Amino acid sequence: MALASSINCAETDLTADFRDQFLQTFQHMMLSRVLEEKLGSLYRAGGRIVGGVYLGKGQEAFSAALGIQLRKGKDVYAPLIRDQAGRIAFGEPIIDTVRTYLGAVTGPMRGRDGNIHRGRPKEGHMAMISHLGSMLAVASGALFARRLAGTLGDSVGATSIGDGGTSTGAFHEGLNMAAVEKLPMIVSVANNQYAYSTPNTRQYACENLVDRAAGYGVEGVTVDATDLASCLKAFRAAVARARSGGGPQMVVGTLLRLSGHGEHDDASYIPDKARHAPNARDCLQVAEEFACAHGWMTPAEVRELHEEVRRTVDQTVSKVSKEPTPDPYKENWQALSCAELVEGQYKA
Amino acid sequence: MSITYLEAIREAQYEALRSDPSVFLYGQDIATFGGAFKATKNLSREFPNRVFDSPISEDAMIGMAVGAAVEGARPIVEMQFADFSSIGFNQIINQAATLYWRTNVPCPITIRMPSGGTAGSGPFHSQSMEAIYAHYPGLVIVTPATVEDAYWMLLDSVEINDPVVFCEHKFLYYHLKADRIGDRELPIGKARIARPGRHATIVTYSAMVHEALRAAEELQLDGYQIEVVDLRSVKPMDTDTILASVARTGRLLALGEAFPWGGVTAEIIARVTTEGFHLLDAPPMRLNSKDTPIPYHPNLWKAHRPTTATIAAALRTLLRH
Ligand SMILES: Cc1ncc(C[n+]2csc(CCOP(=O)(O)OP(=O)(O)O)c2C)c(N)n1
Repeated sequence: MALASSINCAETDLTADFRDQFLQTFQHMMLSRVLEEKLGSLYRAGGRIVGGVYLGKGQEAFSAALGIQLRKGKDVYAPLIRDQAGRIAFGEPIIDTVRTYLGAVTGPMRGRDGNIHRGRPKEGHMAMISHLGSMLAVASGALFARRLAGTLGDSVGATSIGDGGTSTGAFHEGLNMAAVEKLPMIVSVANNQYAYSTPNTRQYACENLVDRAAGYGVEGVTVDATDLASCLKAFRAAVARARSGGGPQMVVGTLLRLSGHGEHDDASYIPDKARHAPNARDCLQVAEEFACAHGWMTPAEVRELHEEVRRTVDQTVSKVSKEPTPDPYKENWQALSCAELVEGQYKA
Repeated sequence: MSITYLEAIREAQYEALRSDPSVFLYGQDIATFGGAFKATKNLSREFPNRVFDSPISEDAMIGMAVGAAVEGARPIVEMQFADFSSIGFNQIINQAATLYWRTNVPCPITIRMPSGGTAGSGPFHSQSMEAIYAHYPGLVIVTPATVEDAYWMLLDSVEINDPVVFCEHKFLYYHLKADRIGDRELPIGKARIARPGRHATIVTYSAMVHEALRAAEELQLDGYQIEVVDLRSVKPMDTDTILASVARTGRLLALGEAFPWGGVTAEIIARVTTEGFHLLDAPPMRLNSKDTPIPYHPNLWKAHRPTTATIAAALRTLLRH
């Protein structure tokens, strides 16, 4: 069996079930885009958002195509920096995003941690840390424990990383370990060509990132990440292989990051030439054209969807804006779950 | 003309590259982009073959610097955030720190660590790692609090023949300005009396020096003269200057932004109580951040770390004793 291949979506793949999933994913992508545009404008306006804003513009198809394959409550998902769309597809409500960015106490992170670092680990949604590469092993650990407990069943784990993150030792150790343990992990690598300002040529010397998979005995495919249909096909297949005992699967998506590293970054280091290359297409537009060309949606329906999504986002932001932010006097300042072990807090 | 703390760091690197061909710079996004904080802006233009972007591989970055130092190079490695040095921890404490002691070959590397908290940075972009590294023999830990120290101590760090962990504070990058950089005055290992006083001594370092100075000013309105000692380097720690100050004032507040358990403030107090117990008129106090990860929301962040107000309150308690 060839360890690395490339995925394209043929017309014969377009079953009714595929169409439904495509349209559902497209909605998630649209919601993600509109939400992120709102977050970006709030950031630029200043005052409301706590900390930085990190967007996934251009990565929605790749991210959501994975998220939609996962079953919330059954599978484990450890998203990363540019996975807003995947989070939505997985079932994270956008109010969790807004509350985290605005630092509301009502959010999953209660103002203690922010922006993209949110999660609900007890629901299989891991909360990332900044240190790149570290989530692969953590997601694997969740699966490992389930296998020990006999509750693994056909659940899978999934995590994301960028081209830059694949240079970390943690990524390599994590991938190797998952392969040795034959865990049902899907590792999606968004090769958006730049790690902050650093181009691929300064990040890795192999020709194709997917070659990393073969080195660990992991099956890998490359996909055009600007094309939702191909992304769906690739992740469907990868998740199916992992579910049926095929061990870790790597899917590498090629694209260009269409935003700065964060909203503080104008990405002026990306040359015009890269911006006009085929893999710099906007996946949202590509998906819209695909849906319309196949008669799955009309342009009017797309506009309607956009309007509806915008209303949802605006309502969510205005609701969260009225919610309380943390009060240091009410905070318990407790980093341990065992209150009696917190120094200075013990009361007989 | 004025120069910021950040510009001083850049200028020092420029000077190190200019005056010593064995110096090179290695770090993520530091070449054309000029670094996440622009501390290396334009340096790759001026020294195109000695300023390099590294992959996101902190362990390899530091290991590489150690190997280069063995061959006679004097690398400066930038951690994008001090927090990420934890990925290179093994290479720092086992490779760099032990090299000279084991092999008699010196290890002249400088690891620049953008340290400390700023509002909204959260638990992984705010940490102060100096106490962790100070624990290990074989490392020098530098914590500049002024524009001049940022400049001269970085040059000193590159010149000395041992691994230096250079903890520059992100909050000071833009907040601190000087009219010009004066002459080199104190060497690494010597503390500075940032403000003379006679009623109590605050021993601190890095960004907290400025909070301490403001608290001292506040207490002056109550008629108290507070002495502020800026350690400049936490290792070596200038115990003589600390003890001399406590001998003048009889009271000690050890202050740091890092987590409370162990660490630099604990070390200060251990030294003063063991070597200068007779100098104390009151039990020594210490003030650190709270014992939780560093919070994201500014409301929490401000309450997490010591501030002028909490330092002033601590001083009042200390003076009442
Ligand atoms: C271990 C580690 N070192 C450095 C950083 C700082 N950092 C945050 S994002 C980033 C670039 C990431 O690039 P990539 O993995 O390609 O993902 P992208 O941002 O392009 O989606 C860097 C260097 C980090 N988060 N973790």
